[in-house]
Amino acid sequence: MSAIAARRRTLPGFGLTMGLTLTWLSVIILIPLGGLFLRSTELSPEQFWAILSSRRTLNALRVSFGLAFAAACVNLVMGSIIVWALVRYRFPGRRIFDAIVDVPFALPTAVAGVALTALFAEKGWLGAPLAALGIKVAFTPLGIFVAMIFIGIPFVVRTVQPVLQDLDPEIEEAAGSLGASRWQTITRVILPSLAPALLTGLALAFARAVGEYGSVIFIAGNLPNVSEIAPLLIVIRLSEFRYADATAIAVVMLVVSFVIIFAVNRLQRWAQHRVPVH
Amino acid sequence: MTMQIADSVSLSSPEAKARAHAAAARNNLRTEPRAVRVTIISLAIAFLTVFVVMPLVLVFAQAFSKGIMAYITALAEPEALAAIKLTLLVAAISVTLNLVFGLVAAWAIAKFDFPGKTFLITLIDLPFSVSPVISGLVFVLLFGAQGYFGSWLRDHDIQILFAVPGIALATTFVTFPFVARALIPLMQEQGTQEEEAAISLGASGLQTFFRVTLPNIKWGVLYGVLLCNARAMGEFGAVSVVSGHVRGETNTMPLLVEILYDEYQFVAAFAIASLLAMLALITLVAKTVLERRLDGGEDRDH
Repeated sequence: MSAIAARRRTLPGFGLTMGLTLTWLSVIILIPLGGLFLRSTELSPEQFWAILSSRRTLNALRVSFGLAFAAACVNLVMGSIIVWALVRYRFPGRRIFDAIVDVPFALPTAVAGVALTALFAEKGWLGAPLAALGIKVAFTPLGIFVAMIFIGIPFVVRTVQPVLQDLDPEIEEAAGSLGASRWQTITRVILPSLAPALLTGLALAFARAVGEYGSVIFIAGNLPNVSEIAPLLIVIRLSEFRYADATAIAVVMLVVSFVIIFAVNRLQRWAQHRVPVH
Repeated sequence: MTMQIADSVSLSSPEAKARAHAAAARNNLRTEPRAVRVTIISLAIAFLTVFVVMPLVLVFAQAFSKGIMAYITALAEPEALAAIKLTLLVAAISVTLNLVFGLVAAWAIAKFDFPGKTFLITLIDLPFSVSPVISGLVFVLLFGAQGYFGSWLRDHDIQILFAVPGIALATTFVTFPFVARALIPLMQEQGTQEEEAAISLGASGLQTFFRVTLPNIKWGVLYGVLLCNARAMGEFGAVSVVSGHVRGETNTMPLLVEILYDEYQFVAAFAIASLLAMLALITLVAKTVLERRLDGGEDRDH
């Protein structure tokens, strides 16, 4: 305690900077988000439930959450494969592929949206061969799935990559020299060490895909009850001046996001406690 | 390789052989058969090519599909120029606001100990986990006609929604965490000794900040500004909700991409999109360079 007090005395500006931080945080983030929750309390539980249980809302939530989860699972598998290739193997262009993993982070979502749509449209570079196989991607739920995979991939890669890089090689060598097969070493030794990072990546990719708007709406087709995502339904309700509907859907989505952040924080704490200090 | 060298150098002594065997065995213990390696590398490359390389290439291919003149004409349209100007203006406002906030917040959080620090950082991070559409919606609920401040704003003839202030606010919300998040870990790592020394030698707080702290964190500041700017210029969902899509007035570049695309003006849509894609690529290159600097020149894959 005395150390803290001493530090506060020597360095100036704590009161001022903390005050400014809290004020600005409140003005930009907390009051606007609080306003949303306040709005939702103006609805009676029956009204709230009626909005959420309407067929169109339920379907939009199902499309958003269901496809986001499926896409996050694909990201988990493909992300792990990409991380393994980038960290463990040497191949031509490795550094470039490592760098472009971040493209979905950096590329504006509207650009990703139009590009993916043109790519998977019936006459597109990939859409045409797929159409020949009888698979239609653009303007179907499959298109939403593709866009969500695109947007989620960096989350898994960038969460797992540093952990695999820092993994102590001696553990693997020990497992191998004690007679474990390579497959056993990977599933029993490496995967458990990566588990918290993998789960964190999955959760982050899921959270991002659930709320994603720009890269999805172009390719989605946006047919109510079929390929309409929840964020789009919020926009539609707003344009119809049905603020209560927009608010109710938004509150549900926000609560889910907050639960995910909480889970991710817990996961990270769990990971920190588990990893032995070496 | 190891075995051959060991053999020739150590005159095939039994210990050297054993050591060489162990080294080779160790390498074998940490890798997979060639077929597995090739499959994994091919899968990774195929996935990234389909989901990342092809969309990027396609943006430029479409933008230039009618030749370079059509590309330049599309970008010289008054509507395109207005969108570019608005995007630059909004990014300048949000980046400046978040830069100042980031510096102030990082000073308070990184240089002092206080209870609830982790919670405060979680609050700063909130916008990352809010859907862009909801980030716009919250401002409609505050400033819209039916919003909490709606009638007051109308009485005082202040326009926030469907105008630059609303777009700037929504963008600031979305990009809020970038600078602070880049600076907090960096400043925590650097500790407070240098600042304490400056203060004890008689420097004022501001002098200490500008002469001691700022030079130490300049690359971190640049890193945060870079990411903040890329997101600010590219934000779509939040801005789309608050912009009102007034042609030539409240359309940023991403919004114009949508409008042109919906009107089947593909060359024009992809021309604007290509500018945004270039921004993303430049940002990524600059980010990679800065990350090397921030790591102190240390290679990431050592």
